[in-house]
Parts: sequence; C-alpha cells; structure tokens
Amino acid sequence: MKRLAASSWHAAQLAGSALLGLFLLIPIVALVATLSWDDFLGGLRNPLLVPALRLSLVTTASSLALVVVLGSLLAWRVARNPGRVSRWLEAVAQLPAVIPPAVAGVGLLLAFGRRGLLGAWLDRHGIALAFTTPAVVLAEAFVSAPFFVQAAIAAFRHLDENLLVVSRTLGASPFRTFVRVGLPLAAPGLVAGAAMSWARAVGEFGATLLFAGNLTGRTQTMPLAVYTAMESDLRAAQALSLILVAIAFALLFVLRRVGPGVALPGTEARRA
Amino acid sequence: MLEIGVARKLGPLDLRIDLSLNREAVLVAGPNGAGKSTLLRILLGVVSPDAGRITLDQRVLFDAEKGIDVATEERELGYLPQDYALFPHLDVMGNVTFGLARLKRVERLRRAGEWLERLGVAQFARRFPAELSGGERQRVALARSLARNPRALLLDEPFASLDPVARRELRASLRGWLREWRLPALIVSHDPADAVLADRIAVVERGRIVQQGTIDQLRGTAVSSFVAGFTDESG
Repeated sequence: MKRLAASSWHAAQLAGSALLGLFLLIPIVALVATLSWDDFLGGLRNPLLVPALRLSLVTTASSLALVVVLGSLLAWRVARNPGRVSRWLEAVAQLPAVIPPAVAGVGLLLAFGRRGLLGAWLDRHGIALAFTTPAVVLAEAFVSAPFFVQAAIAAFRHLDENLLVVSRTLGASPFRTFVRVGLPLAAPGLVAGAAMSWARAVGEFGATLLFAGNLTGRTQTMPLAVYTAMESDLRAAQALSLILVAIAFALLFVLRRVGPGVALPGTEARRA
Repeated sequence: MLEIGVARKLGPLDLRIDLSLNREAVLVAGPNGAGKSTLLRILLGVVSPDAGRITLDQRVLFDAEKGIDVATEERELGYLPQDYALFPHLDVMGNVTFGLARLKRVERLRRAGEWLERLGVAQFARRFPAELSGGERQRVALARSLARNPRALLLDEPFASLDPVARRELRASLRGWLREWRLPALIVSHDPADAVLADRIAVVERGRIVQQGTIDQLRGTAVSSFVAGFTDESG
C-alpha cells in the first residue's frame, strides 16, 4: 500500500512537472516554429523595430539606474535598521508588485499628469511628464522597483553584521562600509535583483500605455511595438517578439551564471 | 587606560558594569546571556548605554550626561570577533590595508607587510580568507586590527572557532603577544583555559561583575558556582 502511494506520488510529480513545463514552453516554441527565416528577416525590417528597440534600451537603462541607486539606499536602510519605519518602507516598496500595471498607469497619470496631484505643480513650473519619454522611464521604474528592492533587502540582510562592525572599527565611515563591504558582498543578490527588475521593465506594457501613450520614437517601447504591429502584420509582431525572447534568454543565462549562489573570489567554487 | 562605567537595559538583561583596564589583559567570563556580548557591543559603539561613561586614555568615548557618543570608527579600538570577520572578497593584503586608507599606498603596504610578518602570515598576503586555516585567519585578523595602532583591543571568544591543537598553539602565541604589546585588552570568553591569557578575570553574571581578580585570587573564594567551576577547569 505504502509502495503504491509512493509510486503514485512520484507519478503525480512527473505528470505535474511535464504538464506545466510543456505549458510554459509551447508558446515560446510556437513563436519560433511558426516563423520562417525570410519572414523573420522581413519582420526585422519593420520600421517600428529600430525606434522601439532603441527607446526600450534607453528607457530601461534609465529606469534601472534610478531603481538601483534609490533602491539600494532604501534596501540598506530597511535591512540594517529594523523597526516600524523600515517595515512601512518595505511594504510600500512591495506595493507596485501587487498592483495591476493598468492601475499603476492610471495612478501615475493621476499623480504626474497635467492635472495630477504633483503634475499640476510640475506643470506650473513648465514640466510636463505624461506622454513623454521620461513618463516611460517612470512607468518602468514604478513596476520594476519591487523586484530589485526585495532582492537587495534579502542580500543586505544576509550580510554578517560582524563584517560591518569590523569595517567601522577599521576606521571606515558608515558610507565607506556600505560601498566597500556591503555592496561587494551583496553583489550577487543585487545583480540578480537588477536583472529581474530590468526584465520586468523591458516587458512593461500597461502602465506605459496609459501614462506615456504609444507614440513611435517617443513612448513606443518594444512591447507596445509588438501590440501595434499585431494590428497590421502578425509576422512583424512575431519577429519583434522573438527579439524580446532573445533578450529574456540572455538574461536568464546571466542570472544562472551570476545568481545569488555565485561564489566569491577564493571560496570553494573558485578553487573547484 | 580603558575605564568603563555603564548601564543598559536590554530585554531581560539589566547590565551594570564598572571596570577599569590598565595596560593589561582582562578576561570577562560568564555564562551565556550574562551580558558579555552586550558589553562588547557597548564598547564598540554598536549599542548605546542608557547611562554611564566610557573613557579610553582620558578621551571620552561615551558620556550619557554630556550626550557624547563617539562613532565606532573614531574609537580607536581593535576588534577581533569570534569568527574573525575577514572580508571574504579581499585577499589578506586587502584585508590588512583596509584600515590604512589614510596612508599613502607605499606606506600602507609597508605597514601591512610588517604586521603580517610579525604575526607569521606574510606568505599568505595574496590568498583569500577562504584559503586559510582557522589559525591563519586569526593571525591575519589580529594583524589587520593592530596595523592601525589601536588604543585597546577587544577579543570575542578568540579561540572558539579553532580545533584543539590550533587553540593550544595560538593561545600560547596570543599570550606572548599581549604581554609584548601591553595594550588594554578585554577578552570575552567562557572557556576557562583562556584564563592563562589574562592578568585579571572579571566574572559577569546576570549583567553584573560578581567577582574579579587573578585566577589564584578567585580560586578558593568563589562567590558562585560559575566562578567555582571556571577556576576548577582553568587548570
């Protein structure tokens, strides 16, 4: 009886893994398998591609820089100074991960739009954000920040406190301790978080569409270009999608190489 | 001279410590939870006392009444934690020069090399901490602290992470070095064998120093079962 139960459990695991694995893989296989080489090359010549790819790279690099710099400061604060304020900060930084992107877009518009909470004040000072390239950066930063912040908090929390105290006894200020000890030791976690955050920013669609619009060359990022191409030319949409898939695979490769399990110089893995 | 007179309530612990260290090594012994680690953290400036005063060579490090609380990096203390806390991303030379940032590069390397030489670990300068034995790590950590010319040394369970052979060997070496350097050294330990390192033992129980003196003075006049056990086992 026990043996039967064990083998059924084993079979259920296998079946579940196979089903989910196939389900996750089939759409990606379909993207590749249903497109001929000529169609792919044709899709690459679509006029939407170059401006969208350039805009995606520029805006996601900007949003990543914003998220990494501010997120590292917030994560350090939360990880090293536990308390009520830190718990609130952590909760606030997680919020965008559970808010639907379209809702985030509406929120951003109501905050930074011409008549928004802050937007009205900005507008009086000659700064208009909505439906501009900076709006794309803000939308991407908003939806992708939680991925970096969570990883950074976890990485900073894992640091051995003695290393930080010793650094201070060796004359290093709190800032130098952060830069010379905290950042290098947390680097694998930070890189993994940055990669996840960047991936989320590259794929961002809903918030960008609502807050920044879909203007070629100004606010039309790769996912929006795929959406636009879908309306006229499925092959072009497919070619653009494949580029996003290639980016995702490259990222996955980097993540697996530089994941949190990465070994520091001189540790076992390095000698192995 | 290190003069400590501090009070701090931390959960169930009510710590009140008065202790003076001349140019001598004092072993702070006591059972788990007695407040030894909290005392160390107070001296390091990681935990602030509720009241009291700490001075080191007449310089005030902490004074609750005057609102003085000198930052950890300005206390001029050498600290050797239990696991030695060598920076795993820096090699031995990088670890030792870490605290010498204010010196010029040539002077930094010379000073670090000199201390590594004195502690017998100069040959490991380009190795990473993970490639060293426990004893070698301890020597590197000591070199790192001492290269900055600290005014006092704080050692937390200095041999806890070593095997018995390395422990015996290093205990003898450390004893010699402490005699040579004549720095105020506060050694936190619950291992009676570490008594040989110290000129004086201060036993902390439930946040108070219950007895202090040389190991011979404590022997036979033990005020608690911990002190009796500690002196019996110290050999």
